[in-house]
Amino acid sequence: MPQRLTFGTPPSRRFGYGDLFVLLAIAGVLYLGLRFALTAPGEVRGPEIRLTWTALPGYAALSIGRMAAAYALSFLFTIVYGYVAAYNRRAEMVMMPLLDVLQSVPILSFLPVVLLSLSALLPEGVAAEFAAIVLIFTSQVWNMTFAWYQSLTTISNDLREASAIFRFNRWLRLKWLELPFGAISLIWNSMMSWAGGWFFLMAAESYTVGERDFRLPGLGSFLQAAAGQGDLQALFLGIGALVLVVVALDQLVWRPLLAWADRFKLEMVEDQTPPTSWFYDLLSDSRLIQRLGASLADWNERLDAWLIHRLKPLGMPETQSSQQWTLLSVGMIAALAAVVGYGGLLAGRMLLEVTPAQWLELGVGLGATFLRVAVAMAIALAWTIPVGVAIGSNQRLARWLQPVVQIAASVPATALFPAFLLIFLNLPNGLNIAAIVLMLTGTQWYLLFNVIAGALAIPQDLKHTAALLHLKPLARWRTLTLPALFPYIVTGAITASGGAWNASIVAEYTEFGGQVRSVIGIGAIISHATASGQYALLLAATLAMILAVITINRLLWRRLYVLAEERFRME
Amino acid sequence: MNNPNTLVQLINVEQRYSSGRRTFTAVENVNFTMAEGEFVALLGPSGCGKSTLLRIITGLQKPSSGRVLYRGQPLTGVNPHATIVFQTFALFPWFSVLENVEIALKARGLPPAVRLPRAMELIDRVGLDGFESAYPRELSGGMRQKVGFARAMAVEPELLCLDEPFSALDVLSAESLRSDLIELWLEGKIPTKAILMVTHNIEEAIMLADRIIVMDKGPGRIVADLSVGLPYPRQRNTSAFTALVDRVYALLAGQTQAEHIELGSAPGEPGATRPLPQVSINNLTGLLEHLSEQEKGHADIYRLPERLGVDSDELLRLIEAAELLGFVHVSQGDVALTPLGDTFADASILARKNIFAVRIRRLPIFKWLITLLRASESRSLGWDVVRAALELEFPPDEAERQLDTIVDWGRYAEVLAYDDDKALITLEPEAGVLEKTGT
Repeated sequence: MPQRLTFGTPPSRRFGYGDLFVLLAIAGVLYLGLRFALTAPGEVRGPEIRLTWTALPGYAALSIGRMAAAYALSFLFTIVYGYVAAYNRRAEMVMMPLLDVLQSVPILSFLPVVLLSLSALLPEGVAAEFAAIVLIFTSQVWNMTFAWYQSLTTISNDLREASAIFRFNRWLRLKWLELPFGAISLIWNSMMSWAGGWFFLMAAESYTVGERDFRLPGLGSFLQAAAGQGDLQALFLGIGALVLVVVALDQLVWRPLLAWADRFKLEMVEDQTPPTSWFYDLLSDSRLIQRLGASLADWNERLDAWLIHRLKPLGMPETQSSQQWTLLSVGMIAALAAVVGYGGLLAGRMLLEVTPAQWLELGVGLGATFLRVAVAMAIALAWTIPVGVAIGSNQRLARWLQPVVQIAASVPATALFPAFLLIFLNLPNGLNIAAIVLMLTGTQWYLLFNVIAGALAIPQDLKHTAALLHLKPLARWRTLTLPALFPYIVTGAITASGGAWNASIVAEYTEFGGQVRSVIGIGAIISHATASGQYALLLAATLAMILAVITINRLLWRRLYVLAEERFRME
Repeated sequence: MNNPNTLVQLINVEQRYSSGRRTFTAVENVNFTMAEGEFVALLGPSGCGKSTLLRIITGLQKPSSGRVLYRGQPLTGVNPHATIVFQTFALFPWFSVLENVEIALKARGLPPAVRLPRAMELIDRVGLDGFESAYPRELSGGMRQKVGFARAMAVEPELLCLDEPFSALDVLSAESLRSDLIELWLEGKIPTKAILMVTHNIEEAIMLADRIIVMDKGPGRIVADLSVGLPYPRQRNTSAFTALVDRVYALLAGQTQAEHIELGSAPGEPGATRPLPQVSINNLTGLLEHLSEQEKGHADIYRLPERLGVDSDELLRLIEAAELLGFVHVSQGDVALTPLGDTFADASILARKNIFAVRIRRLPIFKWLITLLRASESRSLGWDVVRAALELEFPPDEAERQLDTIVDWGRYAEVLAYDDDKALITLEPEAGVLEKTGT
């Protein structure tokens, strides 16, 4: 199944008041976090990490637990936020720009602020635990929320009318119409969120800065400790365990879910190759599961009956014109704007403490990180396009290699970073190389996966036409292959670029084997400011990075995405 | 008014909606009543607001003004005594046939012991026994609509509403489903008290209904309320049937008016702008060629759908377009080629384009656009600019459709060029001018 993975990207918009509002709100929240951080303990002791294989299952369980907790939070948030945004026009006006900006914010840049503020409020271990979950949550939630919102707003009118005329209440509408309609999109986005979450989990579990050791017992800290002590055996064991966990979750959770969710597809034609899962088949044949299903159906019937008598049937959702602005809602928005404005003002006052020299340093750092991201992207594109096309043009090879690439893509780059450090740190300019390699690992598999999918999707008749025209290889690339791949490359590159910026936080400043190393870059400035307690600089650097990434997204990726959708879509 | 058999009553119903600062009227001044035992067809061309009216009657939509009464009581919210069979079936793709019928009953709080046998019985009655566990995507269009009927009838509605229920089906399925419906209705096998069917198919309305409410567009309104009074089963080729078909066509095709009334005014000027009927040039020339083969270029409109293989809705649009361009004259259900139309039908491809160009340049909407393009730099304007200007006269989606038609006609006549990449509409150099200087 050549599938193009996409993050939900809303239609291209210009910077508007909504964005300004959102940026002010982010600045305000960061400021608030840093106010708390002022009272954060100067020294945080981390846990002892045992490097034995017997400790691994426990660490893996802890890591999965954090992911699951964050995912549960994300799912809940997604359903509620998307629901409100889809059905309340006024809330939508604020909620969608907010989602749009948050979707492209480099999440890892929040990590220091979140860690510092939480450690001021909560006991040490609990704070790091919370911070990790909050961080993973913020990395998982936006694309899921956007997918859910989008599916709620695209439910066809005839199904909505049928639901209204057959007197569905809110519960039945959710259960029979909205959740089934969004199920496949929700599952795909959950899979992507979960895959992305590992990246941040690894970073959060192994985050240490200055005197503060925020590490958490888990796979991430295990890998870091193993590399730090040069224990190769433990390092391989850890990576093996991680791959095993990722593959097991894919086989035991996501594939069965996809196979089950096939019934929710909207196409009115039968699929030739529906998703299959051996585990799902196994489960659906099991007597125990069948008996469990029967008793669940019984409870389900009772719950429905209870709710049908309590909730009124709904009509059609209200349209724009019938929702009036009330004094209350105007007041609420004014109050919200005032709070946000005040927060932004305070954040702005804090920014005044940043000296011109520091601003210059920020500019240089942004430039350096940008260059690193650009180099990593260029290398990734340079090899994934030819290799991806070569694999994708050969159906048999593609069927073999696609799952391998998928597994490679699912190993979070941050997990491998300690290993890179071990390899590259002794070379001249070692950290620079390690940083670029880390960015590359975070981006290339995803790109490769997309290029293969794109190459598989080139229609056979166009290939025949190209052959009949005797196009020379170069002309063939220019007229067929590259235009056909363009949407896939852009989709892959958008995600890859986001990942590379995130990677800069962990890659540019590191404590390895008791030594602090850093290169010039915005990520290094953020980490350094955290370590030395220069909170004004930390705020400025975090905001600068967020602004830079959002600007690049709007000016470059959005436009390419729109171009790809309008000009180069095959459908 | 106080007749106890009255089910639905609409009093001065009007539906307006606003786009930007403009307000458009979808339906205006609608008054009618429907009593128990009636099978009423709401008939009219697309865009006449008949579906809007159905949504107002079922309570899915609230009218902008006017009153909707059901059994004498004002309707608030969705009417619990009405159900709809949808044009697009509106089946839930993730539910099986049985579940699709069952959920309608379950949502009304019926326990499994009651709803299961009833759902099975309905599925049986529409002839789908054996398909209970099939999913909608496994069924043909006709079978899907049978599920639609079973679901709508399972809840035993007093008022069964049909929203173009047969128009998405192939001819044979539609025909057999129609006779199934009539059988169920006439034999009283369903507890339904009245049926309201929305359709644009004139023959279908006369085939099924006892009463036809004819609507017309611009703005949507009722133009006639006809009683059919033919015994069932009805035969299409009886003279009484065709007389009625002829009469309805005469109502809907109207009468060719004096030119200034037909053309209307330009966008932005006082008076209504005549929207261009959305037709393809190919079908239009097909109609004219067919007419030129007839004696004196003359035909009964009601006979044309069968001969040309188009449905009545499309035919009425084609005739409207031909009338607007001065190619035909319409009178009392008959259509006749004008001398110009006759010339067009006989002309070569290039000559046709020339005639077409001359004719569309007379239409106020083209005059207006050509003036705009001449005044602009490089004689081009962006699609969005022109559409925004058209939105002063038409609702947004209608403005888009109008511009589509304008560009389509303009390209055929080589009056306009359109560059899709840049979304740019350009005025072509005038062929007449070139010819004069060239020869």
